[in-house]
This record gives sequence, C-alpha cells and structure tokens, in this order.
Amino acid sequence: MKLKTFAGGLHPPDNKQWSAHKAIEVCPLPALLVIPLSQHIGLPAEPCVKPGERVKKGQTVGRAKGFVSVPVHASTSGEVVAVEPRPHPSGRDLPAVVIVPDGADEWLDGIETVRCDELTPDQMRERIRDAGVVGMGGATFPTHVKLSPPVEKPIDTLILNGVECEPYLTADHRLMLEEPQRIFAGIVVMRKILGVSRIFVGIEANKPDAIEVMTKLCAGTGVEIVPLAVKFPQGAEKQLIKAIVGREVPSGGLPMDVGLVVQNVGTAAAIQDAVTFGRPLIERICTVAGPGVVEPKNLRVRIGTPLSHLVAHCGGLAGDPAKIIMGGPMMGMAQLSLEVPTTRGTSGLLLFREEDLTLAPEGPCLRCGRCVRVCPAHLLPTTIAAYARLERIDEAADYGAMDCIECGCCTYSCPAEIPLVQSIRSGKAAILAKRRKG
Amino acid sequence: MLAGIALGVAAKKFAVEVDPRELAILEVLSGANCGACGYPGCGAYAKAVASGEASASLCTPGGAETIQKVARIMGVVAESSEPQVAVVVCQGDNRKAKNKYRYFGIVDCQAAQRLADGPKTCPGGCLGLGTCMRICPFGAIEITPDGLAVISRDKCTGCRKCVSACPRSVIRMEPLAATVHVLCNSHDKGAVVRKYCSIGCVACHICHKTVPEAFHVENFLAAVNHEFNEEALAAVEKCPTKCIRDFADGYPEGSTFHSPTKTRPEWVA
Repeated sequence: MKLKTFAGGLHPPDNKQWSAHKAIEVCPLPALLVIPLSQHIGLPAEPCVKPGERVKKGQTVGRAKGFVSVPVHASTSGEVVAVEPRPHPSGRDLPAVVIVPDGADEWLDGIETVRCDELTPDQMRERIRDAGVVGMGGATFPTHVKLSPPVEKPIDTLILNGVECEPYLTADHRLMLEEPQRIFAGIVVMRKILGVSRIFVGIEANKPDAIEVMTKLCAGTGVEIVPLAVKFPQGAEKQLIKAIVGREVPSGGLPMDVGLVVQNVGTAAAIQDAVTFGRPLIERICTVAGPGVVEPKNLRVRIGTPLSHLVAHCGGLAGDPAKIIMGGPMMGMAQLSLEVPTTRGTSGLLLFREEDLTLAPEGPCLRCGRCVRVCPAHLLPTTIAAYARLERIDEAADYGAMDCIECGCCTYSCPAEIPLVQSIRSGKAAILAKRRKG
Repeated sequence: MLAGIALGVAAKKFAVEVDPRELAILEVLSGANCGACGYPGCGAYAKAVASGEASASLCTPGGAETIQKVARIMGVVAESSEPQVAVVVCQGDNRKAKNKYRYFGIVDCQAAQRLADGPKTCPGGCLGLGTCMRICPFGAIEITPDGLAVISRDKCTGCRKCVSACPRSVIRMEPLAATVHVLCNSHDKGAVVRKYCSIGCVACHICHKTVPEAFHVENFLAAVNHEFNEEALAAVEKCPTKCIRDFADGYPEGSTFHSPTKTRPEWVA
C-alpha cells in the first residue's frame, strides 16, 4: 500500500535506534529547579510568589496574562529562593522562579479527579488553561486557544500528531507505546470540546509497534490510525493536514480555516491529566541523545530541571559538547550552555562533539535546485534568501517568504552550505518590522 | 528625420519647467545620494530646498562648504552646524573580547543579533560582521582582520546611515573636533566586563580622578566632556584598560587608516 504523504521534504538519517527501544525512565529531582515564566507563545506569566515562600507541587507560581497566555506551576514542593532573570532556552536571561525542592514532593491540596463526562466544554477549556497546557511538539502554543475556534470557523476533523519526524527524537514514540490510554483519554476530551466525529492519528511508518498499539486501542472507537511515509517534515502541521485529509491551509491562514485542529499526542496526554485529574503540566517526556552523551535515554523530566542534570542521569558527557540542541536537529534551538532549564517545549536534548559536526564555508549558489525540490511549502528558498540578504524585502515577501515554515530542508540539502533558513528568517523579521511600521 | 523633428518639437512643447535654483543646488551637492538629509537622494533634496520646503543646511555630508553654497543660492544665511563624525565606541575585536558562541551564519550583524542577542558576550560590543561597512555610501568604514569596525575620520561625512544600521547601537555621532573618546559601550559592572573583554571600561573612575572636569562615570561607563578635549588627553595614558583613545594618535589596533589629518580643520575656529 502506498503511504500517505505530502510533496517535497527529505529523509535525513533518523538515528532513532539509540533511544527508541528504551523505556521511559523517571529523572530524579535536581537540587535546584529554574522555572521560566515564559514557556509558551504569548505573553509571559506574571510571578505570584516571593522568595522565601514555600510552595507545593502543582501550585501556580506565575499567573497567565491575557487570553493567549498560560499559568506556570511549581514542579515540586519546596522553597522559592529567587524570582529573577535566569538563562533561558531563547539565549537571553528571562524571568524565572527558582525553587529548592524539599524532597517531600507533596501535591497541592484541592487537586481533584472529576468524571470528564460531567463537565461542559467551557469547563474543560478552563481546566486545560489553568493547568498551563501548551503544544508539546515544541511550538508551545497555548492549547485552550487552539481548542476555542471562533463560531464562524466550524471544525469537522481532529488530527493527532504522533509523527515525530525529527531525527533522534523518540519521546512521542515511547509515550504511544507505554501510555496510549492517556492519549486516548485526551482524544475523548477534545472530541467533546470540539464536537467532531472525524479523528485521525498520524504516525510515521517507521514506528510499526506504536501503530499497532494505537490501532488496537482505538479499534471500534471511530479514531483512525494513519501510517504515514517516513519523510521530514511529515509532522509539520500543514504537511500533516495535506497528507491525511488532502486539504491545503491557505497562505497566512491557520488549520481552523479549513476546519481542522491538530494536536500533538503529548498534548493529548497532558489534556487528560489536566481535565480528569486536575494536574497541571509540570513534567514531560524528553529524549536525551546524540553522540555527545554516554547513554541515550527517554526521560520523564520535571519542568525546570537544568539540562546538565538530564545529561548526568544519562551517564554524563561523552567528550566536550560542541553543539547543544534543544528539540530536534532540524528545527531545534542551539543552546549556549547546559545550565538552561527544561521547559514545556523541550522534546529533546541533543549533544554533539566537535568531530560529529561538519562545518564547511559557504559557497556560491550552484543553481542546482535541490532546495526547491525539497521545500514542503513549494517555495523557492534560494530566491527568497537572496532577496532577503539584499534587503529587497518586498520581493522576498512577493515570493512567499512568510509561508516558509522554517523546517530546514533547504539548508540541509544545500551543497553550497548556504544558510538559507537563517536568511529567510531574517527576511521574515524585516517584513514583519515593515508591516508593523505601516 | 521626421521623428527627429517631432522629438525636437515635443521637447520644446512639453518641456517641464524646472526652478533654476534647483539645478544650481543639485550642482553643488555631492551626488552621493546618501540620504543623510532625510530625502531620497540629492535630486529630491534640491527640489525640496528650492521649493522652500527644506532647510538649506541639511547636507551634513557636504560639510560647511556645501551648506554655505546652498544657502547662497537660496539667498539665506546658513545655520552653522558643528561637523560631526561617526565613531565606533568599541575596541573589543575577536582577540580582546570573548564570544558566547561560535557564529557560522550569514555575514550580517542584524541577522547575528537575532540569535541569542549576537555572538559577542558583551551586550554592546561591535560584532564586526560589517553591516555598517556595506551601508556606508562613502567607503569610510573598514572591518579589521580581527573583526572590529573602524570609521575613517577623513572619509566620514556624518550621514548617520551606519548609526541606524547598527543593531547594537555601538556607533555614535560625535563632534569632529573632539579626538578623545571612551571606546566602550558596556554598562556592565567592572568585574563583569573584565570577564569578557580586556579593553572595556571597568568604571574604575581613574580618568575622572585625573581630570575631573573632562570625565564622568555614569551607569558603570566613563564618558568624555568634549569641551575639555585638550585636558582629557592626560587621562589617556592613565586608563588601566586603555579604553580611552585619542584619535590624533591613531586608530584602534588592526586598522589600515592613517592618523587623521582632518581633526583640526582651519574653519573650525
């Protein structure tokens, strides 16, 4: 059978064999938790605790500011020792709540389990927002916003994203294998909130065990498991929609414009915890891998745990790290140090040594067209990048710079080592700046 | 032949009347189209002046001479303005200042600044990727082999293009007559600056103690009072990190520019 997919894309060596077979391990609590107040797209949370205060696990330490914002919670019980700027995955020092765990790991009182069929959709959304649930695939967009489509945009289909197309990452894979009931319960909640009947779970065909587990669990429930071709970026929202239902999200639009909502499988599990158990999002599954770490693992990590602690639990460093990436190697973010904390969007931590990296100087464009062939958004990356670098912003915009999803396929495939994505990103920033100016 | 006659007639008949003063002004302007006046090119500025819309003294790159000429054409008195030059207030090249990460991206300061606020550990230091050099219409900026922007005081006309292009605001406009400058842009405390730069201002106050009227330290960064340029020379030698430079002595290390010749032009009384 021919597997469903989208046009364009490529398949980098997936390197999942190092951690795919390893069961999720619980990462022990570190000596210090640094919980950033900005772990989502939207306004950062406002701190509501002071140094010296004792907090319990699940207690709100930062309040949401506005609709597109979520609260931030204490990942364990302990004492707040500081509320100050600390190193953040973005590379800047941003406000964070620093907690010294007391070891008791005591839950906040009043966290109650409810029967989710007794709740109205609005109550469910409220519980999701109060729990601070965001997109766990890495984009960290507040989930309650995605689940509140405006009336004029009816939703008929829900797609669960279990593709995990980034090389090295196996966190979603292990979640589907070990805790599929959590995902399914999350699907049931979302089905009720959105009132949809068509539900798909997209999984790349390189995870046959996960496809089998999910298919068995969902049999007879109306939830269809869709095996997808192994290709990057199969898990990108727009490409996933195109592959599964054949609809195209218009330029500048959102999936809700074509009647769809896409959620990561990790987000579904977090939704279940939030709605049924009232538990905030204080931990996630994270893959620690790459040749720079001794023993690659899948860890269940408390939010705020320093990356160095994750590495220590994976047997330590295998040589000096030359490149530290949070997320996947294609779209993840390079980090300045291992002192950065784990956030709600940290799907992976990858370490590479000097000898694992290939660095070549940039050359002139060969006009080979490889970037054009692989672009999943059907753009001309080399043209847009060239315009962006010449600061011909209007032309870059005309060639669809804003439709670039920054997946990195063009840069990966470029034989001349041209930093195409960086150039296009630079152009996009200039276009947005110009639009703001008016 | 016929077409020629037709063209000739058309040229006469449809001739656009141009203010003769506009043409005269255009003649005296440099023609660099740098935009320092705020108009898109010399032509637009000449038109604006001729129509009385713009002041006659906006062509800073042309200097006092050009401003005088434009004013004479318009029959007004030129507002005197002190000539200014752009100065890169940093000497922390890649040998002297540390980087927090290795940057392999496109050679452009603004693009680099978007990645975790730029590779240089110092939040205000020159990135040395040459965005200012490429935007300068007068070829007055060079990047030293160790990655530091240096602006020639001879070639700089004061058009300010580099000032607005620099993402770290490390280029400032200063009077041309002032040769002594504190070349540091970091407001971090001394102990912090020492960690990442060997030639940054550590706010030790020695310059202020040496020449109290010429230097003051504000927010952990020393600054010169240009009225006391001569007096300030005494502190240049005393500065422990050598972040105070007298441009009459020469340019920062690695620069190919020769000692400035235009530092004391006769017409600056």
